[in-house]
Amino acid sequence: MKRPGLAASLAGCAVAMLATGAQAQGSATDEIAKYRQMLQDGNPAELLIVRGEELWKQKRGPKNASLEQCDIGLGAGVVKGAYAQLPRFFADANQVMDFETRLVHCMVTLQGFDRAQVTKSPFSGAGERPTDIEAITTFVVDQSRGVPVKISQSHSMERASFERGRQLFYMRGGPYDFSCATCHGVDGQRIRLQDLPNISHNKQDAARAFTTWPAYRVSQGALRTMQWRLNDCFRQQRFPEPIFASQGTIDLITFLGVNANGAKMDSPAIKR
Amino acid sequence: MTIKMKTVLSLATVVVLASCASPPTREETMQVVKGSFKDRGIAKLDRLNQSELQQVCSDASLNNKDLPKDVRERLEKQQMTTIRFPADGKFLGDWKAGERVAQTGVGLQWSDNDKTVNGGNCYACHQLSPQEISFGNIGPSLKHYGKLRGNSEAVVKYTWGKIWNTHAYNACSSMPRFGDAGILTEAQIRDVMALLLDPASPVNK
Repeated sequence: MKRPGLAASLAGCAVAMLATGAQAQGSATDEIAKYRQMLQDGNPAELLIVRGEELWKQKRGPKNASLEQCDIGLGAGVVKGAYAQLPRFFADANQVMDFETRLVHCMVTLQGFDRAQVTKSPFSGAGERPTDIEAITTFVVDQSRGVPVKISQSHSMERASFERGRQLFYMRGGPYDFSCATCHGVDGQRIRLQDLPNISHNKQDAARAFTTWPAYRVSQGALRTMQWRLNDCFRQQRFPEPIFASQGTIDLITFLGVNANGAKMDSPAIKR
Repeated sequence: MTIKMKTVLSLATVVVLASCASPPTREETMQVVKGSFKDRGIAKLDRLNQSELQQVCSDASLNNKDLPKDVRERLEKQQMTTIRFPADGKFLGDWKAGERVAQTGVGLQWSDNDKTVNGGNCYACHQLSPQEISFGNIGPSLKHYGKLRGNSEAVVKYTWGKIWNTHAYNACSSMPRFGDAGILTEAQIRDVMALLLDPASPVNK
């Protein structure tokens, strides 16, 4: 049902491309905005929410246990609103953890899965079915929709995580000398026609960026998590690959999340 | 002092110490960062080893400060020595090939390999040919670059140097060092130069 809408919108883009100059760019940007608007009607991520919930409740792994006893910060088994307060410090692991890291922790400790096995391919490839991590993350984040982000900075390790994340955000490196801030530290910047959120100095941008991941990526036909978002940024930044659920990735998510405190979660979102 | 009070006080001390734990230093952060990445394809861990310039510019933006004048001047002078002009004195190539370099964004990612022909991805950040409306704005518009500046020897050399190593002119510029970092070949830079400076290039129409 959405397809004719998409096609019409893309045709609109093509027409706009024939014109020239700044005015043409303005109308192309408008068309892209319309295309994004049309996408909001139906989100394929909804199917994943169902699958994620099944996986959450199913007894699985060597210990034949479900994830219903997994404590993601609001007590064992509490899913509602839990994503919105992550990353946070977990005493049982003596570590600050984002959701995906905590999920792996529960799959290992409660269900008896092998950590290396679980983290080997956390992201689905093109045309592949979503991974368990992607499905479960979609279910859990959906349970925080509309809940204000409230990421704690009361524990010293939470503050240290934020500060390391902040330093990593500004760390220039690699053959292109890029840091996160190169693209995400100034208002109104674009790569080609893609708007870039100013994560470090614009509260509104930071909030939108954090609250709309995970998201269904139409161009890839896949649900993408926050860990994936960082991974793909670092690829384009020409850095080596961030290790899934590593401390550095958690720290960066802490930095992004604290900057979004107070904004309401709006995920799984749908993006270009 | 009662035992209870002592306990309360020592507990308070622990809490104060924990909450006053000094923030992680750059060295501590770097240690965590280095343990958080892995080699993948052509993108190896050594890319995390910062040059002095990368380190100094990272600190400046982290603290939202400009570089001290003397540091900036020293670094720019040092970067200037990296610029290699074409041995045969030929600065301009084919603007059509330059347009292709400007349009292409691949190269040096772990999704590329050592046979990938790198692009310059100029349009990601700059406006160039007016026909291309999908351009970014991180860098200034370069529309009419040659038309506005002419092609005197000074302009030609400055433009070559700026593409080769932009930090020679602006220490903490966001632009990659296309020549110095081996992103583009000398021949590719020549073609991009033509795109910018050749009167026949659409950039100057």
